[in-house]
Amino acid sequence: MSQPVISIKGIKKDFKVGEITVHALRGIDLEVEEGEFIAIMGASGSGKSTMLNVLGCLDQPTSGSYWLDGVDIGSLSKNELARLRNQKLGFVFQSYNLLPRTTALENVELPLYYNNKITSKDRRVKAIEALYAVGLADRMHHMPNQMSGGQQQRVAIARALVNDPRVILADEATGNLDTRTSYEIMALLQYLNEKGKTIIFVTHEHEIARFMNRSVQFKDGLVARKDNFEKRFLAAELLAMMPSNQNLI
Amino acid sequence: MNYSNLLKISMNAILRNKFRAFLTMLGIIIGVASVIAMLAIGQGSKQSIQDEMSEMGTNMIFIMPGDDRPGGVRMSSSELQSMKLTDVEAIKSECSAVSSVSPVVNSNGQAVFGNKNWPSNIYGVNNQYLEIRKYQLASGRNFTEREIKTYAKVCVIGRTIVENLFSEIENPVGQTIRFGSIPFKVIGVLTEKGENSMGQDQDDLILAPYTTIQKRILSITYIQSIFASAASEELNTLAIDQITETLRQTHKIKSTSEDDFSVRSQSEMVQTFTAISDIMTALLGAIAGISLLVGGIGIMNIMYVSVTERTREIGLRLAIGGRESDIMTQFLVESFLLSVVGGIIGILLGLVSSQAIASILSWPVVVTPASIIFAFLVCSVIGIFFGWYPARKAAGLNPIDALRYE
Ligand SMILES: Nc1ncnc2c1ncn2[C@@H]1O[C@H](COP(=O)(O)OP(=O)(O)OP(=O)(O)O)[C@@H](O)[C@H]1O
Ligand SMILES: [Mg+2]
Repeated sequence: MSQPVISIKGIKKDFKVGEITVHALRGIDLEVEEGEFIAIMGASGSGKSTMLNVLGCLDQPTSGSYWLDGVDIGSLSKNELARLRNQKLGFVFQSYNLLPRTTALENVELPLYYNNKITSKDRRVKAIEALYAVGLADRMHHMPNQMSGGQQQRVAIARALVNDPRVILADEATGNLDTRTSYEIMALLQYLNEKGKTIIFVTHEHEIARFMNRSVQFKDGLVARKDNFEKRFLAAELLAMMPSNQNLI
Repeated sequence: MNYSNLLKISMNAILRNKFRAFLTMLGIIIGVASVIAMLAIGQGSKQSIQDEMSEMGTNMIFIMPGDDRPGGVRMSSSELQSMKLTDVEAIKSECSAVSSVSPVVNSNGQAVFGNKNWPSNIYGVNNQYLEIRKYQLASGRNFTEREIKTYAKVCVIGRTIVENLFSEIENPVGQTIRFGSIPFKVIGVLTEKGENSMGQDQDDLILAPYTTIQKRILSITYIQSIFASAASEELNTLAIDQITETLRQTHKIKSTSEDDFSVRSQSEMVQTFTAISDIMTALLGAIAGISLLVGGIGIMNIMYVSVTERTREIGLRLAIGGRESDIMTQFLVESFLLSVVGGIIGILLGLVSSQAIASILSWPVVVTPASIIFAFLVCSVIGIFFGWYPARKAAGLNPIDALRYE
């Protein structure tokens, strides 16, 4: 078997709030293979976001080891971590986090500015490709406030995709969207997964989790159970069965 | 990260919020403009005082009877009359650093020509006086040694006298005016000098041989003051020393006693006025400095108000792979661009408003390159610091803390 993309062992994360220490993660072990689409589930406050932030190198664990693509994260400097976030990780947030008053295209281009290897011509081409991939080529020059939530989230996914990362991390990426739009986003992610992208998706909705191969259940900062789904739902099929009264795309 | 990327990122960030950029620049614009205008006013008045003073002759030295210690005792009439023609002769022969010297006696009264009259001053001087005071003849001639010796009733008049007495006559030379009851034949007319910095009309005067004034108008034998000029500006101090020494001898003053006269030079006056206008410049500069500070506080305010939005932006940039140094350089470039553009607009505005002050208030202004550079540097430093400092704090955060910032 090939080496896992992500391998964490005994990850702990404490937050000090005044006198009290919150143990958000209390020793997590997890391996993610290349090409997996994995759900992190659990009740509110169980530590899902904290886990994802650690996986995304946005936050440092208090203890434990984290290997990403064969590299020990704990040994990296701040700048090396930034490079990793730029080239190996793509983040999708619940609240999109697009730059306001900036067109979709420019938002998607943003990560490429921090990649020295990419020329300004490549930058444009890659950003346009990413927008095509999420089906938003016609909204290229729209500002975030001129787009629906689903469209904004697609822009965010395009932004996460644009540097061709090893792993896409999504935190409640459908949390602000209605069912239909959520399914559209899931269909997009499944499509990307089928093309080989490893995706880690935080959600507390069981229905959404069924679009993935595997789920990891968190409880009070620990992994409570792991499930493999023999057969995952296909979002595109479900969408086709839904009464298509309007096309939001 | 390469520089063109950096510049693009910064430009995009500025253009994304034009109004905020404008407000930030406004502080710098007003700051720079006011510093330039204020310094221009200060420098302008200093310059004009200096110009006028040197026009009056920086080599000029005047000697008056009585010593002018501050708060000194009131002068007795004998002290006022202590200066004699022999003093002038002594200065002429003893003081090598003095090139010209003239006694002065003066009287005021009405100058009359035909049915016109004009209240003015008549100065009794010798024929070196014109040179000492840097007056020039527009027409006619100066009076001669002979005319001085013979108490001749001749005079040289200034432009103001010409205008007030001779409005109907082309050339006053050869005409005769009366001063008091004495008729004076006009032999020369002076070129116009205008007002001096104290607003005195320098053309409102009549010059006549001192002997004539002494004998025919004042009936005195002493002289009221002495005007001299040093051979060159560098010799000023030496000339003053020589004059003082000479006069102490002619006045037979014991080495332990104080002078019974005082010697002042034009360059001393220039220094005094320059010092005064320096103080004024400093005051104006302080006012401008305050407006600069207010501008700086304005910039800081705007930066702090926008810090929430910008901190999220910083968090996002960190999350997608921006390094701390990338973020800081971006903000530095942003602040720098804003400061430079604001500074340039401010300089233009400062120049324009200086010119406006000059033409509307007819106040002399001088814009020095130093004041431009100074204003520009100070504003840039303020602008860059206040723009960059909040960013520095945010860029050091964990990406997730910056993203969550509220
Ligand atoms: N920055 C922080 N400071 C202090 N405590 C924190 C911080 N971030 C998270 N926590 C705590 O850590 C625990 C886990 O939080 P986390 O955000 O990971 O939960 P979650 O599973 O994502 O919940 P939800 O489903 O509501 O998003 C919570 O008890 C939370 O209060
Ligand atoms: Mg969460």
